[in-house]
Amino acid sequence: MGDHVDLALECRDVTKRFGKTLANDHVSLTVRKGEILSVLGENGSGKTTLMNMISGIYFPDAGQIFVDGAPVTIASPKDAFDLGIGMIHQHFKLVDVLTAAENIILGLPGKGRLNMPQIVKDIQALTGKYGFELDPNQKIYDMSVSQKQTVEIVKVLYRGARILILDEPTAVLTPQETDKLFAVLRNMRADGHSIIIITHKLQEVLAISDRVSVLRKGAYIGTVDTASATEGSLTEMMVGKKIDLNIDRPAPLEPRRRLSVRGVHLKNAEGRHLLRDVSFDLYGGEILGVAGIAGSGQKELLETIAGLSRAEDGSEILYYAPQTQPEAAAGAAKAQTPSPSEGAAADDADGTDGATAIPADAAASGDHTVPDGPGKAAGPTDAATPYGAASDGATAIPLTADGAAATDLRSLRPSDIRRLGVRLSFVPEDRLGMGLVGSMDLTDNMMLRGYHSGRGAFLDRRTPRDLALRIIDRLDVSTPGVTTPVRRLSGGNVQKVLVGREISSDPTVLMVAYPVRGLDINSSYTIYRLLNEQKQNGVAVLCVGEDLDVLLMLCDRILVLCGGEVSGVVDARSSTKEEIGLMMTGKVTQTA
Amino acid sequence: MGILVIFIQKAITQGIGILYGALGEIVTEKSGNLNLGVPGVMYMGGIAGLMGAFFYETNARTPNGAMGLAISFLCAFACSLLGGLIYSYLTISLRANQNVTGLALTTFGVGFGNFFGGSLSQLAGGVGQINVPVTGAAYGKIFPGLASMGPIGTIFFSYGFLTYLSIVLAVCLFWVLFRTRVGLNLRAVGESPATADAAGIPVTKYKYLATCLGSGLSGLGGLYFVMEYSGGTWTNNGFGDRGWLAIALVIFALWKPLNAVWGSILFGGLYILYLYIPGLGRSMQEIFKMLPYLVTILVLIVTSFRKKREYQPPAALGLPYFREER
Repeated sequence: MGDHVDLALECRDVTKRFGKTLANDHVSLTVRKGEILSVLGENGSGKTTLMNMISGIYFPDAGQIFVDGAPVTIASPKDAFDLGIGMIHQHFKLVDVLTAAENIILGLPGKGRLNMPQIVKDIQALTGKYGFELDPNQKIYDMSVSQKQTVEIVKVLYRGARILILDEPTAVLTPQETDKLFAVLRNMRADGHSIIIITHKLQEVLAISDRVSVLRKGAYIGTVDTASATEGSLTEMMVGKKIDLNIDRPAPLEPRRRLSVRGVHLKNAEGRHLLRDVSFDLYGGEILGVAGIAGSGQKELLETIAGLSRAEDGSEILYYAPQTQPEAAAGAAKAQTPSPSEGAAADDADGTDGATAIPADAAASGDHTVPDGPGKAAGPTDAATPYGAASDGATAIPLTADGAAATDLRSLRPSDIRRLGVRLSFVPEDRLGMGLVGSMDLTDNMMLRGYHSGRGAFLDRRTPRDLALRIIDRLDVSTPGVTTPVRRLSGGNVQKVLVGREISSDPTVLMVAYPVRGLDINSSYTIYRLLNEQKQNGVAVLCVGEDLDVLLMLCDRILVLCGGEVSGVVDARSSTKEEIGLMMTGKVTQTA
Repeated sequence: MGILVIFIQKAITQGIGILYGALGEIVTEKSGNLNLGVPGVMYMGGIAGLMGAFFYETNARTPNGAMGLAISFLCAFACSLLGGLIYSYLTISLRANQNVTGLALTTFGVGFGNFFGGSLSQLAGGVGQINVPVTGAAYGKIFPGLASMGPIGTIFFSYGFLTYLSIVLAVCLFWVLFRTRVGLNLRAVGESPATADAAGIPVTKYKYLATCLGSGLSGLGGLYFVMEYSGGTWTNNGFGDRGWLAIALVIFALWKPLNAVWGSILFGGLYILYLYIPGLGRSMQEIFKMLPYLVTILVLIVTSFRKKREYQPPAALGLPYFREER
């Protein structure tokens, strides 16, 4: 066992069981001193369970953990901390009204009387050493997510941790913040710290770690050197079979304008702007991604469109209903000529400023501020639709007019907006908070959306039950039955139900927020497939996402929000993560 | 001039009882427990102190003022601490609803006080009022020389030791809460018990200690009222709604002990203002007695508008804490 001396941590045949499920089955793992190890695995593969055993939250049923080569017993978080193991959880454990320094020393033994200036000085010495940017006197509630994460890491270091475990640390960061975090982690590695990163994101695994350990369904699959691994090989280890990582992206078919959002302002009760002058168009048959740092107005935007929040006066959210008779649409298309007078006439008939608004909108929203210049982005400047010129050049203008009357959604109640076919499916952080009632079963949750259609005093349970059965069947939801409370389902299945219910109503505009939040690869791809299906059916899909890599692969265009303002709309096919990252932080703003 | 000095002195006399209640409740609420049982706890403290003094005075051959004072002080503190313990056990260990438990404790405490008050007066011969003259005098003892120094003496030096103790207590509490590790840990428990737990702070212990000690301190308000304010006598329901005023004062003081000191004097002044305004009918008097609550509502409105996080109650106030067990 002499070769174990350079190991900071070793788990040997660690096993943990919760009831009947085997969460960790003889898992072995080694972490060397001064290395960054990624632990990779799908949801439910046992990564978090393993880390929780190392950090003392669970106690293993069998197996042995060694720290610095010596067998140890870790029965509580305090034991782990005494052994120099510190865990940074996904959900930060910080007290909002206290300063960073107060949070860092919280619960530590020491002199009863607090000498804050000295403590602040100690913390500054530590942050200077590893290159953190942190003001110890700043209150937590004034901090951004990445600053809070910094506090968490410094907190663990201040307590003398030599082995750091980070649970999905980049989930909440912009690409630039991620780079900064990785730089700090490399500094810590150079100083001899051992770092374990749990993550889903393959690119980051390849970028930061020295070795990768893979878990699958509670079992330890193996460890490879990052240098010899590829995204493909890691996925194969993780899922157990080869998976095509490319997300399908069919070209938009006959895009027609469904939503025209113009100059939307939204203020909260305190008069602070949540959305400022947001303008964009959404077309049927496309997926428009919405990117932005958490809390940049994504949720507010969707809620405003869905009628849950009321935009300020002067804002405009126009909805263009699809034509009911296909012949009429064909006729209109035939009759359309690129003559401006006809376009204007059609507008007059509609009673809206449909086509005439197009040039104005291009000027007003100034959609094109991609660093590489306007040539890279497709958008309404050169044609009436972003796809107009490319798909079928001549019919550019008629496509937007669509011959249908526009409705201003601002004057409608949420239920009326829903009836028009504008559907919102929002997956909040806790997944259940909005849209589903955890303690009710699948049938009842289906009924929540359909109760308006009911007549008479008695409930019609058959229709919603049939719908639930259809969703279970089509989306491959694994559940014991329709009478199972939604709370008992796993996260992925809950999300399938949530998205499936909205899709089932044949929407014309489908808004989804964080549809794959916390899902494993297989479930994520099911959801992507569903969204693409909707897109090909001509639905206008608005998708708020967290993972820029995915947005870039899935969407046709991406709207970037920064602090409630649109910093630009870019073509997802030709943009890079870095460009969008800069726009998210407002480093590149719109030039209007 | 003369009437103003008297008014200020009376306001302080009124305020100190409320101040004790509020100081205790601040400690309790800082741990995240909203103890609405404070009015009851103050009754318990009052009657326990009085009983201690009464039995001492009836049984001792030559009752000694200092001894009566010590006994009644300890009895009051211990009995109200016990009230806090009931509340703690129900809300912390059994995780009962804090509001319901608190209101029940108030009902219990008031009944407890009135029951033993009635029993005592029977023991004392059924005269209706119990009196502990020796101990009462000890509590009422003032600085003899200083108090006669004109208006300044009246305003600053015409009170018994409980008054000065309350000020000292407020300063100490401020120091402990905001300048020591224990205070930092306690505030963390009240703001976010899960965070405190993860940081290795024994949450349950902190909650128990803060709630019980807080109750003990609140109970001293009852003792003050019985001994110093009423000179060692008991009247059923004599206490009125001062317990609720104490809870209002906690909000008014924005959970800061030093604010509670001047706040209590303001509340005391407003509470007796009606006596100093000539020509008020009975109904108008009641409206004036409402003033402290009106002021509290005003403070609530103003702080809601200011939106400063420091002015908000502890974030976990009123919520039970479950350690996440998955």
